[in-house]
Amino acid sequence: MPTLAPPELSAPFAPGGEAAIDAVLAQRLLAAALESGGDAADLYFEYRVTADYALQEEKVKSVGRGVTLGLGVRVTKGDATGYAFTEDLAWERMVHAARIAGQIATGGGRAQPVAAHAVSLPDYYPVQRLSLIEPPADKLALLYAADKAARAADPRIVKVEASLVEQIKEVLVISSDGRMARDVQPLMRFGVSAVAEDGGKRQSGSSGGGGRFGLDYFAQPGKDAVSHGREAARVAIAMLDAREAPAGEMPVVLASGDSGILLHEAVGHGLEADFNRKETSNYTGQIGKPVASALCTVVDDGTIGASRGSINVDDEGYTSGRHVLIENGILVGYMHDRLSAKHFGVSPGGNGRRESFRSMPLPRMTNTLLMPGPHAPEEIIASVKRGIYAKRFSGGQVNISNGDFVFSLTESYLIEDGKLTAPLKGVNLIGNGPEAMRKVDMLGTDFELSDGIWTCGKDGQSVPVGVGTPSCRISAITVGGTQA
Amino acid sequence: MSANISESTVRELRDQAQKCVELCRRAGADAAEVLVRDGSELTVKIRLGEPELVQEAGSRALGLRVFKDGRRAVTYTSDLRDKPLEAFVKESVALAALSEPDEFALAPDPSELATDVPDLDLYDERVGEVDAAWALKQCQLGEAAARGADARISNSDGATWSRVVGATAFATSGGFVGGYRGTYASFYVEPICDDASEATPKKRNGYWWTADRFLARLDDPEAVGREAARRTVAQLGSRKIPTQECPVVFDPEVARSLVGTVFSVANGSSFWRKSTYLLGREGTIIASPLVTIVDRPHLPRAPGSRPFDGDGLPTRDNTLVRAGVLETVLCDTYAARKLGRKSTGSSGRGIGGNPGPTTSNLILEAGATPRAELLRSTGRGLYVTSMMGFGFNPVTGDFSRGASGFWIENGELTFPVSEITVSCNFDQLLQRIDCVGDDLDMRSSTAAPTLRVSHMTIAGSSA
Repeated sequence: MPTLAPPELSAPFAPGGEAAIDAVLAQRLLAAALESGGDAADLYFEYRVTADYALQEEKVKSVGRGVTLGLGVRVTKGDATGYAFTEDLAWERMVHAARIAGQIATGGGRAQPVAAHAVSLPDYYPVQRLSLIEPPADKLALLYAADKAARAADPRIVKVEASLVEQIKEVLVISSDGRMARDVQPLMRFGVSAVAEDGGKRQSGSSGGGGRFGLDYFAQPGKDAVSHGREAARVAIAMLDAREAPAGEMPVVLASGDSGILLHEAVGHGLEADFNRKETSNYTGQIGKPVASALCTVVDDGTIGASRGSINVDDEGYTSGRHVLIENGILVGYMHDRLSAKHFGVSPGGNGRRESFRSMPLPRMTNTLLMPGPHAPEEIIASVKRGIYAKRFSGGQVNISNGDFVFSLTESYLIEDGKLTAPLKGVNLIGNGPEAMRKVDMLGTDFELSDGIWTCGKDGQSVPVGVGTPSCRISAITVGGTQA
Repeated sequence: MSANISESTVRELRDQAQKCVELCRRAGADAAEVLVRDGSELTVKIRLGEPELVQEAGSRALGLRVFKDGRRAVTYTSDLRDKPLEAFVKESVALAALSEPDEFALAPDPSELATDVPDLDLYDERVGEVDAAWALKQCQLGEAAARGADARISNSDGATWSRVVGATAFATSGGFVGGYRGTYASFYVEPICDDASEATPKKRNGYWWTADRFLARLDDPEAVGREAARRTVAQLGSRKIPTQECPVVFDPEVARSLVGTVFSVANGSSFWRKSTYLLGREGTIIASPLVTIVDRPHLPRAPGSRPFDGDGLPTRDNTLVRAGVLETVLCDTYAARKLGRKSTGSSGRGIGGNPGPTTSNLILEAGATPRAELLRSTGRGLYVTSMMGFGFNPVTGDFSRGASGFWIENGELTFPVSEITVSCNFDQLLQRIDCVGDDLDMRSSTAAPTLRVSHMTIAGSSA
C-alpha cells in the first residue's frame, strides 16, 4: 500500500483539501503560463511538514515544527527557463506567478496545455505508519536511549548530542504535456555525536541513519538507537589515539558503504546531463569512451526500497529508474532532466529533482552505486604495503569542469604490511575524477548501501541522496596529511 | 514593477509580529518571540548570449519561539492567514510541553533589550527598481566582455545578476519590537576554457563577482567579465606539485574562509558544548600578533550590518582576537547564560531555528604590507586562490583542504597549481601568520586581506 498522508497531514491542494487542485484548474493555470508564447510549462505544488527533536546535556532541549506550502511555476522556451513561485494558493496569486514565469517567452507559437492524466506510480517506500503521527514519547525515548548508550560505552565520553528529524512531503506535478503525478514522500534521519576526552586529548565521533521509513527503521538489525549511540562513542574513543596522517600519493582502500561519496563526487556530478548539454563537464563528449577501470560499473538507481535517495516520481513528473552510467569502465549514459533529455534525444529518466517549490528542477543523483567486484575485502587490505584505509567521511566536493574532487575522512587507519595499524587524524583525499576511477584496481564482493544520512548540494539546492559501494582499492591518490 | 518595500510595510510587519506575540500569550505562553520576514528575489542569467533563466518571486514567513513552564518550542509557517495562524500558535504552545525545562533557556532580561533601532543605511530604492530586462542587459555586457577578453575562452557557465529586497521585524513579550529593510545585489561571470595540456581532457572554469547593498557601488559588468576571463585562462596548464612544506599565501578570496573558521571555534555555543579546540584559551595567545579580528555590526551600508540581534538586544562592536590574543567569544543570550556571562549582542535567528551566536561584519583587519611586497618577500611558496572540501575538525583543530592557485618563485606568481591539499593544525596555522596584506576586501560580510602562513604541508605528487 502506498504511503498515504493521514488527514491531519494532508496537503491543502489534495482532493478534498481547501485549495484542491484538479486537472481542469491546472490546465487553466498552465494556459496562463503559456500565454506569452512558452513551449512548455509545469506546476509543482508542495506541502511539507517537518518536526525535529534535539537532545543535549541529557535533556531534550529543543522541539520544532514547520509547515511549508507553495506552488512553483516553470515555463521553458528553447533552453531558457522562466520561474516564479507563490506561497499563497489563492487563485489570483497562482495566476500571477504563472504569468511572471511565462514572461521568459516573448511571442512565438502559442502552445496549448494538454488535459492532464495521472501517471501510474511505483511504490518504493510503502510506509505503513508515518513517524510524524507516532506518539512523541516514543521518539524522545530513542534520543534518551542513544545518549545513555554512548555515555555507558566508555567513561571518557564527556558529551553526547542526539537528534531526530522527520518529514512528510506531498507533491503534485502537472505538466502542459499532460502528466499529472501525486506522491507522498516520507523522510526520517537520526543522528548521534559524541566527544571523548582523555588526558587533554579530545576527539569526536558520530553515527546516524534513516531513509524513507517510519519508526520501523529502528527495528532493523544494528540500526536501533543504542547501536548508533555505541558507534558514535566507538569512533570518538578510537580517534583519541589518532596520529598525524601522511601527506602524498599512496594506495587507499575505501570501506564499503559510505565510501560511495567518492563515486558521487568523482563521477556522479560530472555525469549530470545539464553540465554535458552545456559542455562544461570534463565528461563532455566522452560517451562510448573509457572513463574508469574495466572493473567499474556505476549505476544511479532511484528505485531502491526505502533508501534516502529513492523517489517514486521525480519533480518533473517522470517515474524514477535504474540507469547504468558506466559499464565495465565505458561511459554509457548521463542523468537527465526534461531539458537535457530533449537536447540529447533520449527519454527523461526520473532524475529531474528540486529542493522545493522555490527552485527549478535540475538533473540530480538519486542513489549512486558502484557495483561489486571479484575481490574478498580482507584480500584488498592485505594487498597494500603502505597506504590508508578510509572508513568514515564527513563529505566531499567536486569541480565538474576540471574534475578535481576532495572528500574528507573522519575515521581512517594506516595500512602497514597489509594490516590496519594506527588510527589517523582527520584528513582529506584529493584526486581527479577520471584519473582516480582509472586507478580502481581491486573491487570487493561486499557491496553495501549507505545508511540514510547524505544530502547533496548543487546550485544552492539540497536534496537527499544515497550512495553505495563495495570495498575498493585506488592504486594511488593524494592523501592530504601533514607528515610529508 | 518595483519590488521596493516601503517603511509602512516594515511597520505592518512589526504590527504583525506584535499581534502574534499577543496571540501566543492568549494561547497560554509565558513568553514569546516572533520573527517575520518579507522579501522578494530576482535572478536572471545569460549564457552564450541568450537568456537562460529569469526567476522572480516574493515570500513572507513567520518564525516563533514560545516558552511555557520553562519549556520551549521553535516553529515556523508561511501560512499567515488569521485562522491558520491562530491554530499554529496553539499547536506551538502545546508542542513546548515535549521539551524539558532548561533554566538557561529564558527570554532575555527586558533591561537588556534594544530600545532604539539605528538606521544603518542598508536600503537602496534603486536595487528594488531593477527589472529583469535591465539585469539581463548587465549579464549580456559582462559575459560578452569575458568572451571577448581572450580567444582561449571557449565556453561559458554564464553571467548571473541577482537581487534580494527584504524586511525583517521582530517582537518579544519582553517588550522589544523593531524592524528594518535591506537590499543586496550581486553579479557573477563564469567563463570556461579548454585545457589540452594533459592526457585527460579538462576544462578550466573561473569566476569573478561584485556585490553591494547599493546599486551604484557595484563594479562595472564589463570589468567583472574581463577579470573573470583573466582568472580563468590563468589556470591553463595547471599541475600538481610535489609533496613538501613551504610558505602558503592566501588570496583574500580564500582568506575570508579562514576568518569564518575562527568564528566557528570562537563562539559561545561551541564553548558551552565543548566542541572547540579553543576551550579554556580566552585571554591567551591563539594567533600571531599580526592578527586582529573584529565583528562590526554598525558599518553603514555594509553587507552584514544589522541594528539589533536575534534576541532583540542592541548589536555592538566586539573584538574576538586582539593582536593574537583571544579576547571575546561571540555569545547569544543562551550561550552567555550557559557560560555565566553577558550576551555580546551576537544572536542570530532564522525563521525555522533556535537562535545561536552569529557574526555581522567579521573582519580580519588589514596589515601594512602591499600585496606585491608580500609576494616579493615570500620568495618561493604557494599562492592559494581557491579551496575545496570540509576538512576541519573544530574539536581538534585538524585542518586539511583541497587547494589550487599558483606557484610563487622569486617573489612572483609563476605556473598554476591544482589537485593538492594544504594541511596544518588550525592552532598552528593562526600562530604562523607572518604577514598580513593591506588589501582588505569588504565585498562580503566575512572579510580578510591577503594572508601568509610561514609554512604548511602541501600534499601533492610523489616525485
